[in-house]
Order: sequence, then structure tokens, then C-alpha cells
Amino acid sequence: MHLGKVIGTLTPCVVYTGLEGVPLLLIQPLNPQQAPAGSPFVAADTTRMCGRGELIYYESSREAALALEPWFVPVDHAIIGIVDNVKLTDYPVERSDD
Amino acid sequence: MQLGKIRGAIHSTINHSFYNGRKLLIVDYLDYKSKPTGEYVIAVDTVGTGAGETVLVIDEGNSARQIVDRANAPVRAVIVGVVDQISTRD
Repeated sequence: MHLGKVIGTLTPCVVYTGLEGVPLLLIQPLNPQQAPAGSPFVAADTTRMCGRGELIYYESSREAALALEPWFVPVDHAIIGIVDNVKLTDYPVERSDD
Repeated sequence: MQLGKIRGAIHSTINHSFYNGRKLLIVDYLDYKSKPTGEYVIAVDTVGTGAGETVLVIDEGNSARQIVDRANAPVRAVIVGVVDQISTRD
């Protein structure tokens, strides 16, 4: 799982069976310091409570589909939860030299 | 499995039911020289680790589901061990 931020919502007019009523949100992936890291993508919202600008954590690949009910649906990213707070321990992080 | 270092934790009350009461830790991946590779993952803690410890992380769904013993759990990254020592012969 990784951190992300909800930056938009999506309303499909036609959707695959099993995905009716599942909210689709636009997510900007973040690094632990909550800076953007990677390009935005669309994720299914399993909590059904996410709003714009919220800090979330998401899962990808088969585990994303498993988070939904019914789970045998074609989904590759799913929001697993809304983050209340992130506690980072700051220790010197030297980057690897390769 | 991969080497990682616990960088912090996240707390969440609104989440998928599987994650209720589970500890979610932010793990920085390390290379075999214990240097951060820049990648990170949020993993479920199953061995009771704390900040700054070097750990072993599995990032594969099938193994993760066997470890948490739940057939259809939406989990992939799991912390499975604490590393005491790494010795390599260069």
C-alpha cells in the first residue's frame, strides 16, 4: 500500500457489471513526506466516504479488487482507508549511491 | 522478501474492515548494503516492530494472505521479521 491524495472524482455513464455505484476517484500518489510521487490514476473507493483533498492509502493489483464487494471485479487500484495522521521518525536518510 | 527500515506509522479509523486494529507501518526499502533505495511501502505489522528497526517485508498477496490466515484479505505488504544482522562477503 502507498499514500495518496484525492484530487478529483469521476462519474462513468457506462460501467462494468459489479462496479455499479462504486465511487471512482482521481488519486495523486504521494511519498511518506506527502509530496507528489508519480502520475495520478483512478481508484475505486471501498470506504465510500472519501472527499476531495483527503489523505488516503491505496492498494493495487489483485488485492485492490479483493477489497471490494463483490470482489471479482476488474479493478487495479482501490482506496483502502482514510489516513488520520502520519507519524514519521526522522533519522538521517542517506541515499544509496547506485 | 525485501529489507526495509521502519520509517513511521499511519493511523486510520475509516478503512476496510480487515485493517481494523492492525498496525500499519511505513517501511523504507533498503538495498543489501542497508541504504534506502527511495522506494517505500505501507505494511501490516505481524511481528511487533518499532520505529527505526530493520525488518523483512513480503510484498506479495498470496503469502500475505497465508500469514494473516484470511482467504480474501486485501493485503499485500506484510512485515514478517526483524533483522538482527546482515553479513555479506564482498
